[in-house]
Order: sequence, then structure tokens, then C-alpha cells
Amino acid sequence: MSVLLEPMSGPVTERLRRDSPAPVRLVPAEMAELERPKFLGSRPRSRSISLVVRASIPVVLLLAWWYGSASGFISPTVLASPRDVLRALVELFETGDLKLFLLASLGRAGAGVGIGVSAGLLLGISSGLTAIGEEIVDPTMQMLRAVPFLALVPLLISWFGIDETFKVVLIACSSAFPMYAYSYLGVRNVDRKMVECARGFGLRGWRLLVQVILPSTLPSLLMALRICLAISVVGLIAAEQVGTTRGIGYLVLLAKQYFRQDYMVLCILLYATLGLIFDTFIRLLERITMPWRRHSSIR
Amino acid sequence: MATPLQYPMTSANGADPTGPHETVLTADSAPAVHVRRLRKTFGTKVVLDGADLDVARGEFVALLGTSGTGKTTLLRILAGLELPDQNQSLVLVPKLRTTVYQEPRLVPSMRVAANVAIGQPRSKETRAAAERALAEVGLSSHARAWPATLSGGEAQRVALARALVREPQLLLLDEPFGALDALTRLQMQDLVADLCAVHRPAVVLVTHDVDEAIRLADRILILRDGRFVVNVRLDIPAPRDRNDVRFLDQRRSLLAEMGVETRFGGRHVAKSRPPAS
Repeated sequence: MSVLLEPMSGPVTERLRRDSPAPVRLVPAEMAELERPKFLGSRPRSRSISLVVRASIPVVLLLAWWYGSASGFISPTVLASPRDVLRALVELFETGDLKLFLLASLGRAGAGVGIGVSAGLLLGISSGLTAIGEEIVDPTMQMLRAVPFLALVPLLISWFGIDETFKVVLIACSSAFPMYAYSYLGVRNVDRKMVECARGFGLRGWRLLVQVILPSTLPSLLMALRICLAISVVGLIAAEQVGTTRGIGYLVLLAKQYFRQDYMVLCILLYATLGLIFDTFIRLLERITMPWRRHSSIR
Repeated sequence: MATPLQYPMTSANGADPTGPHETVLTADSAPAVHVRRLRKTFGTKVVLDGADLDVARGEFVALLGTSGTGKTTLLRILAGLELPDQNQSLVLVPKLRTTVYQEPRLVPSMRVAANVAIGQPRSKETRAAAERALAEVGLSSHARAWPATLSGGEAQRVALARALVREPQLLLLDEPFGALDALTRLQMQDLVADLCAVHRPAVVLVTHDVDEAIRLADRILILRDGRFVVNVRLDIPAPRDRNDVRFLDQRRSLLAEMGVETRFGGRHVAKSRPPAS
């Protein structure tokens, strides 16, 4: 062993020894070609740093906007300044319209997505689970899926009028199809061997679905929910163009009619906030509904 | 214990396989497995061609054969996961039968104890039985763990506990040690031998490991060309020592029957395992 501890000598090591602030551990010459294994795994990251990185780009964009407007680089006719938008927000808040509009929009989105997601889930599961379900449901769904749901607006208005029913149905239509596609795929991709085994141990029907199949499809279902919520916002704009005096879509319409730049930008910010709320909601659901995933690691 | 044998209800496509052979055996000497003229074809490929098999209650039978000889197909037919060709095959197995597969096949969203008790009514007795079964395989402390946190050997022991907790009359083992490392495999083999000695189910073990078959089985069958060509009862007293002359003789003759040429009396053969069938 004493051989291994012998220091090397030579000009390079001498310089290393002299320049390095930390004591250099010298390696004997016969090990010079060896190296420390480069770590290829992922290191645990601190939550606060992760949060700062996450927020950095939105914050930079906001700062650039604010600086651009204040310095006169961005003309108010191109983009309203943060101050104007903030004033519009305060105005909206003080009249109580903000709360009213947000609640109206969230209510419509919630009801529509709830109905659409339930229908899509039911159809997707029956289609993914059994051959007969697939034969009955899938061809029709694939055809209807190709129809852009905004094309349904005139038809739905003639059926349901321009009131709440029409709005909820439109949003339900928009979210049923992504949910259908993802739940069908999710059920199809459940580990067949695991299902076969569970059936062998006497798990059938409803219990097999709830205990084995649905938990395995949860990642797909949550992904679908994310998409449905995002699409519901598009549905909201279309639905709230007619037959209402509340909602963010109505606010967009107002801003357009009166050419209020500040309100237009405010609407965009409100939509962005909605997106953030939805994303946080899904992340929370992921943590709550799949506790077994938190403990798994790469093997 | 004269439980009537029944057809394995297939869960593959829900078809009822009750054919012309709805025989019910009730005699006390009734075997745990009774198979006659078993034929199974996949397309034009004949996998099983008139195989006959009888397993007595409490008997440990190993099915040996190289890859693709239909061992696993036979086991899957006994488990009700495949249908035999209808018009001539007679397959009778007990109602209470469980399977351990090559993979653990645990449900990732259920904790270990729930996986052991899967498919059983939720009750205090079920939970107690699951805990007892986990204690038997040495995993009491893992009852609340998620399957993803287990090592391969631990997961396979959970699968074993899940199969034994129902006190099956027939235990089907489909290469249960195939995916384990050599050391874990030896421990698992001892565990299975001990637990089968306690619970006394009839066991059908499918394997391509000759040593494993000799170590565990009361009787060894070799499947070739869709039929059983060898049927050897082992008289070596347990525990069976690998270096025992009788063990070595038995291995040499079994390997020869399987068409495997061995140097050095086959000492190296256990290492060069063919891929799983």
C-alpha cells in the first residue's frame, strides 16, 4: 500500500501543488489514466431554487414590459402600460365586476368540463375495456373528434338558445373528446399481465376496474384533465360572446368594442392566471391521487 | 377432502369451456390435476399434442423442457388463462388454485398487504391472514410499503405470499425464480420448499433449470414435441445436496433427455440459462 501513497514528482505536479488553493491529492503515475466516475444521475434540487427558476421568465417578461412602457420604448397604442392595466384591474375590482366575471367563467368552465369529462371518461373506459364497447363507441367518437367544436356554435345556439345551457354544452363538447381519447388509451395501456394476474386471484368487474385498472390510467386521465381545462378557456371566449353580461369572454368582447387596450391586456393576464390556477390544481391532484408514485425511483 | 375437480374457467375471453367431458371426480384418491389428450395449437403450430398429466394431492411436480416446448402453455391452461383445443382435451383442476409468475405482477397502486389480500373480501380475518402470509415470507415489516420500493426478490416473495394466503389446493409456479439473481434464487427455492412442506398444496413448477427441479420436486416430467417423454420419481431424501452422487447422476440423465450435451458432468450448465420461454 505504501507505493500508492508515494507522491508523484515532475513539473506539472509541482505547479499543481503550488497553484491549487486546496491541497491536491496526488495520484501515483500508474493510475494517471484513471478518473473519478462522472456522476450521471440526477441530484436532489432544493425547492426554493426550483421555485425561483420557475418564476424567473414570467418575472423577466413583466419587468421588460414595465421598463419598456416607462421609458417610452413601447407605445401605449401597441401595448398598454402596466400602470394602465393595473388601474383597469383596480377599477374592475372596486366595482365588484372582477369577482363576478371570474366566478361566472369558472362556474361555466367547471360545469362544462365536469359534464364533458364524465362523459368522455365513461365512453373511453367502456371503449378501452371491452371489444364490444370499442366497436360501438370508437368509430363515432373518432369521426366526431375531427369536428372543431367551435363549428358547433351556430347549431348549439339553435338548439339551446343563447343562455347558460348553450355555454355549458359547448364547453362539455370541447372537453369530452380529449378525455375520451386519453382514457381509452390509458385503459388500453394498462399492463395486461397484471390484469390477468388480478383476475386469476378472483378480482372481477367493478372491483377490478376500481382497484387495478383505473389507478394505472390515472397519469393519462390527469393529462387529459389538463388539456380539457385549457380547451375550456377557448370554449369560454366563444360561449361568452353572446347572451351574457358576465364572464371573461364578455370582458374581451367589451374591450374589443370600446378598443380599450388596458382591458385587452388585462384579459390576457386573467387567462394566464387561470392557466396557472389550473396547473397548480392538477399538480396537487397528482400528488394526492398517486401516493405510490412519490416513493418510486429508477432502478 | 374430496372436493370435486372442475374445469379451469377461462378468463381469457370469458367463453365457457364446458365440453363433452364434464366428469366430476369425487373419490378420495382423486388427483389434484387430471389431464388427458391435451392438445393446443397456435395457428398451424402444434404446441401440445396429446399430453397426459396426473398430479396427486400434495405432490410437487416439476415440468422441464427447453424453450418453446409448451411448458408455460400447459401451465396457463391449468390456470384458465388459455383454452385447450376443445373437442378432445380433458383438463380438470381444483377450484382453489393460485399462480406465481416469472414477474411479481403486483398492483403498483396497492400497498404490499393489500396486494397479498387482493380479490378477497375486506375483513379482519383477511387482513390477519395477509399479515401471517407476509410473516411467513419474512416481509412483515413491509406490509405498508408500496411495491415500487421492493427489490426483485422481495416483490417475488410478496407474490408467493399472495399465492399461499388462500391455502390453494393447487399451486402453479411459472418459472418463479427465473428473473432473480443466483443467490436470491437459492434462498427462494428453500423458502418455497419449506412453505410447500407446511401448506401441502399440489404444486406444478415449470422451469428450465434442472438443478431447481431436482432440488424441489417429488417427480420430474420432461415435455418434448407436445408430450411428456420422461417421468422420473426422485428418491433422493431431502434436503438434497447438490454434490450428492445421486443428484449429479440424476442431472446428467435429465440433461441428456433434454438433448443438452454437457462437459464436466454438467456442472456449468445451470449458468448458461436459455432465454425465458
